[in-house]
Amino acid sequence: MHEKSVTELAAGLRSGEFSSVELVEHYLGRIERLDGEFNSFITVTAEQAMEQARAADARIAAGDAGPVTGIPIAHKDIYCTNGVKTSCGSRMLDNFTAPYDANVVSRLRDAGAVMLGKTNMDEFAMGSTNESSFYGPVKNPWDTGRVPGGSSGGSAAAVAARLCAAATGTDTGGSIRQPASHCGITGLKPTYGRVSRYGMIAYASSLDQGGPMAQTAEDVALLLQAMAGFDERDSTSSDTPVPDYSATLEDSIDGLKIGLPGEYFDAGLDDNVRKSVEEAVDLYRSLGAEVREISLPNTGLAVASYYVVAPAECSSNLSRYDGVRFGHRCDDPVDLEDLYKRSRSEGFGAEVKRRIMIGTYVLSAGYYDAFYLKAQKIRQLISDDFRKAFEQVDVIMGPASPTTAVALGEMADDPVSMYLSDVYTVMTNMAGLPGISIPVAPVEGMPVGLQITGNYFDEARLLNIAHRFQQNSDWHRLMPEGV
Amino acid sequence: MQWETVIGLEIHAQLSTQSKIFSGASTAYGAEPNTQACLVSLGMPGVLPVLNREAVRMAIMFGTAIDAELGRRNVFARKNYFYPDLPKGYQISQFELPIVGPGQVEISVDGESKTIGVTRAHLEEDAGKSLHEDFHGMTGIDLNRAGTPLLEIVSEPDMRSAKEAVAYARKIHQIVRYLGICDGNMQEGSFRCDANVSVKLREHTEFGTRAELKNINSFRFLERAINFEVERQIDLIESGGEVVQETRLYDADKDETRSMRSKEEANDYRYFPDPDLLPVEISDAMIDEVKSALPEMPDMRRNRFESEFELSRQDAESLTASREMADYFETANGIAGDAKLTANWIMGELSAAMNREGKEIVTSPVTAELLGGMVRRIADKTISGKIAKDVFEAMWNGEGAADAIIEAKGLKQITDTGAIEAIVDEVLAANPEQVENYRNAPDDKKGKMIGFFVGQVMKMSKGKANPQQVNQLLREKL
Amino acid sequence: MSFDQSDVEKIAHLARLAVPAGEARALGGDLSRILDLVAQMEQVDTSAVEPMAHPLQMTQRLRDDRVTEENQRELYQSVAPATEKGLYLVPRVIE
Repeated sequence: MHEKSVTELAAGLRSGEFSSVELVEHYLGRIERLDGEFNSFITVTAEQAMEQARAADARIAAGDAGPVTGIPIAHKDIYCTNGVKTSCGSRMLDNFTAPYDANVVSRLRDAGAVMLGKTNMDEFAMGSTNESSFYGPVKNPWDTGRVPGGSSGGSAAAVAARLCAAATGTDTGGSIRQPASHCGITGLKPTYGRVSRYGMIAYASSLDQGGPMAQTAEDVALLLQAMAGFDERDSTSSDTPVPDYSATLEDSIDGLKIGLPGEYFDAGLDDNVRKSVEEAVDLYRSLGAEVREISLPNTGLAVASYYVVAPAECSSNLSRYDGVRFGHRCDDPVDLEDLYKRSRSEGFGAEVKRRIMIGTYVLSAGYYDAFYLKAQKIRQLISDDFRKAFEQVDVIMGPASPTTAVALGEMADDPVSMYLSDVYTVMTNMAGLPGISIPVAPVEGMPVGLQITGNYFDEARLLNIAHRFQQNSDWHRLMPEGV
Repeated sequence: MQWETVIGLEIHAQLSTQSKIFSGASTAYGAEPNTQACLVSLGMPGVLPVLNREAVRMAIMFGTAIDAELGRRNVFARKNYFYPDLPKGYQISQFELPIVGPGQVEISVDGESKTIGVTRAHLEEDAGKSLHEDFHGMTGIDLNRAGTPLLEIVSEPDMRSAKEAVAYARKIHQIVRYLGICDGNMQEGSFRCDANVSVKLREHTEFGTRAELKNINSFRFLERAINFEVERQIDLIESGGEVVQETRLYDADKDETRSMRSKEEANDYRYFPDPDLLPVEISDAMIDEVKSALPEMPDMRRNRFESEFELSRQDAESLTASREMADYFETANGIAGDAKLTANWIMGELSAAMNREGKEIVTSPVTAELLGGMVRRIADKTISGKIAKDVFEAMWNGEGAADAIIEAKGLKQITDTGAIEAIVDEVLAANPEQVENYRNAPDDKKGKMIGFFVGQVMKMSKGKANPQQVNQLLREKL
Repeated sequence: MSFDQSDVEKIAHLARLAVPAGEARALGGDLSRILDLVAQMEQVDTSAVEPMAHPLQMTQRLRDDRVTEENQRELYQSVAPATEKGLYLVPRVIE
């Protein structure tokens, strides 16, 4: 059952081939048997899942089912789930039971999806390897000696290992697309404002965006349909109408204009990864697409400016973790300063502290103009680069990551290398554009992702392009051995 | 040495919206601790701010009332610092682009008019409250107030004396109350004044180092705090010291200002535009709506009272001190039809009664309608001014309207000349000696002596004889 | 760009983080390297560029002034570390 995609499972549920209860039991059993190896779940909500499954079956029987009713999914532990532990991968929130549901969570629940549990992640979404979690690193199901990517590593691994049919992630600098790439699944970061951030614990407010992760683009379309839309509780939520993402999946892509940024195919890109990506682009040519080289001249500044904006916003967003109203509090604080400093230092891990320090520094007196303001200007330049590119092409393609998944521990002590590996993905967040990663030919047994970036609110086209590729290839069908 | 004082005021006015500036929690005063602290007020993980339209509207009303430039595109910024009553560890405020730009107000001190500049006014959220008693060495935090909208009004350093500062503060107080955007209750903390005070030698052009005075919760204390601080700074400089830029708390019991020990040394607030909020655009439609809905402002109303009701500047000033008072006057006068008389009654008997019993004009048992009804009866001579005092007291005690009371107690003034004449004759007949003395007395003493007869007539008529007629008849007959 | 001991202390204090004496140097080193990366921004002249605060050209939506939240103190304080009589407790604050 677990090899089936969401689409296939939904068909099975509707036809009565199996029930949601059976499905959920099956997945819960798999999690119990297999997740010890991957550590992709922080919390498994077995009882609630069964309850939700029963309710889903009732809806299906009543003919009241939607496309994801009864489908077992997992939520990245960054989404507040009412009455359920929500840790954000951090000791700071290890004792936190969220008193409300994130908008994404309520939408999927209303659509009838069944929550199996909360997935592991880099602490407070900061990281690209899922090694900074308080709950231990997540292992890549394709090779447990390697990282799954981050920060949505748990969600990616869980989908890859077929421990859930789909999962939610968040993406601030590549945290959906890169783990999707490393784990051989499909992951979409929507346009900024497409999915509500209410209840999505904030890392960098002007960059964060929640999105779906699943086996196929067809599945991702179903999930996105449920997740997307205006939310009055989020001032940055867009009221741009949500199209029917599934309706245009099969559209012809003949004449599609694809741009390949020269800057993405430079020396930093692993040769084998390059080959896989180029092969994938060739497939698109065979489907009738036109490919041309374009330039995104400010690519070289993307990581530098991202690592100013994101830490700055996070340093402020994380000030609320002070041991007063929720979260970790140190024992016997002697005074206020002690309460703050010890609670925060005990609660946060090293990477989070580094980013808070950088963020505090770049906003501090005398440095605002040179750092934060400058980085926001570079953001404008990056957006302009994309705008000019989209005058010539419909979508932009390239690798999601310069290499396949690295070994555990390889990057843990070298933050700057880890930051540099985000080069292909951060640009999209800085501009607020949508981007999807789909599996292409693996290298030495390890998955590789093709990243496709589209114009604002062009998710339907991205999904269409991804789907057409998946109709003509099998990479997305591959599963890790032994799962 | 000739010293000059330079004062600027920062006023925080709590806006009287129903809900908070960034959430739908209630702003009602006096609730049990943390019962009006929603997820957003608490700064829970994952929550986001959404801006209250009414707070924006109220800020625009203020800007319009002081003839200010409006920030057509204004931006919210985060002011970052740690304090237990600040749940998110930052306050959402406005920094580079406030909603209200430069404007001005007119004040009057000792009869002299002066223009005081307002640098800007911006919207921000209030913090919670700390309670220090009863918690065995701990402090208790109540976040009900966290997120209440504030309008921070910053003046230019244009004031040169404590009196001017108080006049300015009173003016702003009057304006926000006239607009109905703030109840101006300084004791409850909905209107807070902080003063920036410095001194300089008259001949110097550069301002001296200023100290910021906080914890001032009445106009009287404002004046005292400033005066104390000016003395302190002058003494300090004259004895060779230097004024330090710092925050000082005013202690009302000791009438002194004290340096705040525990506050941050040079707090670095790391302002940056709040990424959870978008730039606020003020539309033409909103501005037009505000302009057309703006109530008549105090100065305009005072001028109109002077011209339309022919009241003196002083009377007009008193009656327009608050919008409620001015409304009361116009309603009462509308019924009474005698502006001067109505004004006198309001500023005299009514004010005295309110002071005695701790009532406000809106809680006075004698409503504008009741007073107006009574004053009309004085104006049309149904009762005398003296009798009216009894009527007033009866109304105050809830005995009904003037007409009913006059009827019930038979207080109608006797104006029938024949009736009065009869009483006058009776009194004169009963007091032959006094009549003789009066007629023999020099003219300059007559004025006083007639009082005796007036008194007798009034007594015999139980106060109801019309005093003017009594006087006239007595003069004729004596 | 270097982040020395006193920089580390100053920033850590602003951020209310305690940096144990032994870790300050390593942390300073990490931060210096990150700032070197950030310094790449100086490669481009941005004097004529407007800063972009938001990807979308949207402006702030306004909410009606209505009370929509009810008292849920018990629920919200169920996750609090220390409360008494409905108040959040912190070590005594001296004003």
